[in-house]
Amino acid sequence: MSAAVTTAPATTRTPHRRLSAKKRTTAIVLGALSIIVFLFSVFPVYWMVNTSLQPNNEIRGAVPNFVPQNLTMANYETVIFDPGRAPFLPALGNSLMVTVSTVIIALVFAFLASLAVTRYRFKSRKTFIFAILIIQMIPAEAMIVSTYRVLDGWGLLNTIGGLTLVYVATVLPFTIWTLRGFVNGVPVELEESAMIDGCSRTGAFWRITFPLLAPGLVATGVFGFIQAWNEFLLALVVNSRPEMMTLPVWLRTFQQVTGTTNWAAIMAGSTLMAIPVIVFFLIVQGRMTSGLVSGAVKG
Amino acid sequence: MTSSVMLVREHESGGVQELPLTPKNKKKRGPSRAKPGRFTPGVLLLPALVILAVVIGWPLIQLFVMSFQEFGRAQVFGAPAPFVGFDNYTRVLSDPQFWAVLGRSILFCLANVVTAMVLGTLVALLMNRVNKVFKVLVSVGLLLAWAMPALTATIVWGWMFDTQYGVVNYLLEAVSGQDFTNHSWLIDPFSFFVVATIIVTWGAVPFVAFTIFAGLTQVPDEVLEAAQLDGAGAWQRFRLIVFPYLRSIFVVVIILQVIWDLRVFTQIFALQGIGGIKEQTSTLGVYIYQTSLGKGDYGTGGAIAVIMVILMVGISIFYVRRSLKEEEE
Repeated sequence: MSAAVTTAPATTRTPHRRLSAKKRTTAIVLGALSIIVFLFSVFPVYWMVNTSLQPNNEIRGAVPNFVPQNLTMANYETVIFDPGRAPFLPALGNSLMVTVSTVIIALVFAFLASLAVTRYRFKSRKTFIFAILIIQMIPAEAMIVSTYRVLDGWGLLNTIGGLTLVYVATVLPFTIWTLRGFVNGVPVELEESAMIDGCSRTGAFWRITFPLLAPGLVATGVFGFIQAWNEFLLALVVNSRPEMMTLPVWLRTFQQVTGTTNWAAIMAGSTLMAIPVIVFFLIVQGRMTSGLVSGAVKG
Repeated sequence: MTSSVMLVREHESGGVQELPLTPKNKKKRGPSRAKPGRFTPGVLLLPALVILAVVIGWPLIQLFVMSFQEFGRAQVFGAPAPFVGFDNYTRVLSDPQFWAVLGRSILFCLANVVTAMVLGTLVALLMNRVNKVFKVLVSVGLLLAWAMPALTATIVWGWMFDTQYGVVNYLLEAVSGQDFTNHSWLIDPFSFFVVATIIVTWGAVPFVAFTIFAGLTQVPDEVLEAAQLDGAGAWQRFRLIVFPYLRSIFVVVIILQVIWDLRVFTQIFALQGIGGIKEQTSTLGVYIYQTSLGKGDYGTGGAIAVIMVILMVGISIFYVRRSLKEEEE
């Protein structure tokens, strides 16, 4: 009898323990996988910053330094102030002007268009959405020469305005598509009740929908900023004069001019170009993914 | 004004019926019909339409015309461009180099879409299972990779794969014990594309993973638990429950991946600049750039560009239609 009492809990405990051991193994494997994914994702970014903080002669050893041995900002000084064939500061200015104008114009135009496709039903509504998606699939690579010629005809080559115009058109389809998802999330009943209270349709858009849309507008705007900031090909073709270059074209020129002899400086330049994007991106990322998905999921 | 309190609902027959506004009906309502006011859809769409017509539409027409012309450097400087019918197209389509570039682009696209989708889905499933600490860890890593500009990423990876001082050669030698001293990754076309695939996939996985993860959180736990109790394995749960829930997300993500990978330019172009043989590693976009701006043969470049546009739009039309239909239902 006493034997039965002592064995009974043992038999029930054993499968339970086996289960938790199995669970623990799974947890360890999943944790290890998470760390691998983290390391693989972060390493290039880390390596860029790590290289940029070392003297150029120290990155050319038989064994690479996984942590900087002699921290130096000399590479950044070289990049920013060395007046070589690829000056950094004018490129930074050009990039800022083009991206900021692009974002503002694209947001206003896209907001209006997204109201049209979400708040009204009209005959060509589906055609417009369809056209937007198709336009987004026309590759810029195919358009470089004709875009160059058209801008040339209007005297807009190597100007901030010309590149801005091209970028607005480039980011507009995606901006409309994404904002459309955000506008859909604002119940039309809110606008209607404002209109019952005496608001005009225009007033309802600006006073009710627009403020509610602010997070979506910020997220979409930052996404447009990143796209314009990173755009390389059109800038390379349209704004090729050294003083009109944007940062990506500058970075590539700097890399070609420097050759592979000064990787430390090239990494410093890369870091300078990547930092604003990374910062902005971290700010809005969460909203962006939900916006993207809200366009894809019913309801 | 009373009409705005009532629910205006369009029926499939096209007739309009007014219903009192009750929560039950509220859910079903779609966008309201146009009401008289200052903002009509036409006015709202006008700025976007104008800019797209001027910056995309007009150059597209120009491109199409140019592809039927003899258009070289002389024409850029004002010489008349004679129409040559389908000469440019015949030249392109009978050029084995073009077919090599096209095949290479499609293979590269397929390889990258499949790799990014598989890895991205696995990472999303991983994020869905681990605890909060690891989820944050993975998210931070993915965000950094996602935020990295394509050009910067390519240059950094180019440095990591550097023949003499690259950290990849060092690590491979340390791990495998084989000799990777001065191993050149970019000179051989196949290993050039392996490096390019690593760069593109590294940048694409975060988008795929986050989007699918966001979708995963919408799959009801009860359904998954019920399936598990009924004896469904992990793969069956994914295939029979998770996948149907996420199908529209998968469609959208795959469309975007196909578009982005087929038109890949920056990574290939910058990698060639670091050290690759252009003739053996060009994809469609880079080939158009080389033919047009490199050789100055804009007519032929235009013909290739038109072929590329038709190809891309053709491939995507089916998917766009499908995703729109699914959404409008």
